[in-house]
Amino acid sequence: MFSFNGKTLSLHAKVQGDTVAIVINGMMNVKSIASIEPLLQQLLTHPLPSKRFEWHLQEVTHFDSAAALLLYMFEKKARSLGATCKFYTQTHHQNIIDAVYHRNYESGSVTDHRLNAVAAIGKTAVAKYRSFKDFLAFVGELFSALLIYILNPKSIRFKEIYYAIEESSINALGIIALTTFLIGVVLAYQSSVQLKMYGANIFIVDMLGISVLRELAPLIAAIVIAGRSGSAFAAQIGVMKITEELDAMKTMGFDPYLFLVLPRIIALMIMMPLIIFFADVMAMLGGMVVASIELGISAQLFLDRFNEAVAMKHFFIGISKGPFFGFLIAAIGIFRGLMVENDTRSIGINTTKSVVEAIFMVIICDAIFSIIYTNIGI
Amino acid sequence: MQHVIEAKNIVTRFGKNVVHQDLNLHVNRGEIYGLLGPSGCGKTTLMKEMVLLQHFQGGTMKVLGCDLNNITHKKAQELRQQWGVLFQFGALYSSLNIYDNIALSLREYTTISEALVAEIVSYKLDIVGLEQRVKEQYPSQISGGMRKKAGLARALVMDPQLLFLDEPTSGLDPISAREFDMLILRLRERFDLSIVMVTHDLDSIEATLDRAAILDEKSVVAEGDLKTIKSTNNVFIKTFFKGRQP
Repeated sequence: MFSFNGKTLSLHAKVQGDTVAIVINGMMNVKSIASIEPLLQQLLTHPLPSKRFEWHLQEVTHFDSAAALLLYMFEKKARSLGATCKFYTQTHHQNIIDAVYHRNYESGSVTDHRLNAVAAIGKTAVAKYRSFKDFLAFVGELFSALLIYILNPKSIRFKEIYYAIEESSINALGIIALTTFLIGVVLAYQSSVQLKMYGANIFIVDMLGISVLRELAPLIAAIVIAGRSGSAFAAQIGVMKITEELDAMKTMGFDPYLFLVLPRIIALMIMMPLIIFFADVMAMLGGMVVASIELGISAQLFLDRFNEAVAMKHFFIGISKGPFFGFLIAAIGIFRGLMVENDTRSIGINTTKSVVEAIFMVIICDAIFSIIYTNIGI
Repeated sequence: MQHVIEAKNIVTRFGKNVVHQDLNLHVNRGEIYGLLGPSGCGKTTLMKEMVLLQHFQGGTMKVLGCDLNNITHKKAQELRQQWGVLFQFGALYSSLNIYDNIALSLREYTTISEALVAEIVSYKLDIVGLEQRVKEQYPSQISGGMRKKAGLARALVMDPQLLFLDEPTSGLDPISAREFDMLILRLRERFDLSIVMVTHDLDSIEATLDRAAILDEKSVVAEGDLKTIKSTNNVFIKTFFKGRQP
């Protein structure tokens, strides 16, 4: 009827009277049976070539449970079509077949539990609502822990705070310097082209000074810190949760909020204004370099103009956002870390969420500040 | 090929810290072989060297006839499909459910139909003693013992000749641990397996091992069946088997 000659096994099927004889030689294992599986399917297509299948497997050299299961499936389907199977095998191969036939379980694949669109929206909404409630609970715990700090200043973990300052802020200064310097360069470069056209070269100082000090330096610094340190908080605390370190701390009477959470939040709230100040300096430096190269404004002239044109309030408005940004980044990072469940995938998900949510919240917060400051007229 | 694993003069160093010095052992086909020894003696390291997870600094190691010192990438990939490894905590992929964890190698290395994949996965779950409904669950949703069994089903999915078990009974309750021993014996019968395991569990050692090697002082201090090992004069062996001799 047909033949198949593979690298490790061969199959010959032919009709002899009222039976189909299937002869297999070589290795029948999980790697090789894929090649004959479709052929066997063909044998069972309607109309059946015969009501009786005889399998000659005496020459099979290697036989594993996958091969036995293949025969089992064939026989089952043949039986449902009203045909019978007979296997001629070596004894120890027969044992493997017998083992496969002896079953007290229902085999099958997993059903796909994908939800329809409406159910998926509902599920997401409920999950968001729960996560919001969890965040409220987190903030509540945070403030009760803060109360303990205030009522009992001895309980403040200064060592932890110093450590967090170094890890999350001091070590970030390099990347902050680089990004903000480049932002200064790019801004100055782009605007110098426009300003030159009007001959309004000197206004580059006003433009840079106000936009950087008020908005850009705080935002860029916050975004870098959220990506670098907020995500580190989430991953670190998430792993501590999986390895049960948090539970260990609780059983030993160390409140994680006092030992882990507050020190990190305080550290970032202290450091964020300083980072913004540093970012201001670096961005203005970048602007100054470009101004002198592109527009011929010397550093002396740049600084004189800066002194006159850029009011102090712009600097303070930028700095004043620092503690709020710091709080949001640290709190969201840690909250996401605490939301990690007992599997590694959830670390990845929560770390990503910590960065996305922190940046989003920082921008919202910035918008609110913008409205407030405009309304009170500064 | 009588020996499935042959280690000759293995030297392992971590920086200046020598873990193995001229270590020799061999595992015969079809036997259950134990790697025993005090903690920190490099049992798990040795096993990791056998499964190409870690490199040794000297000596030769042959696994299923392949010399691990000069093995090509292709040959190594083939070798990896001929053994199964059960890690201490199962090491199931947390992003996949149990079914997909077990089916992964089948889908990756063969082109058999999904129906046959389902049959094979169901069968392997049954032989390791897990209920079929576990298939839909994720590793984080099942107990440690079940995770180990699922890990064993995953190790067995390609019908390997050689099975490595890292502390298979640790963390199991005594009843499950004895069931696991029986399971290992049954699997050996059914699949012609050679099994290498690292273990500390005395009951498990008595019940399952044919031969074992005691690693101590950077080398093998005793190798052979349990009787030979127990008669060896070594501090670790004496304290380890103390009160266990009939």
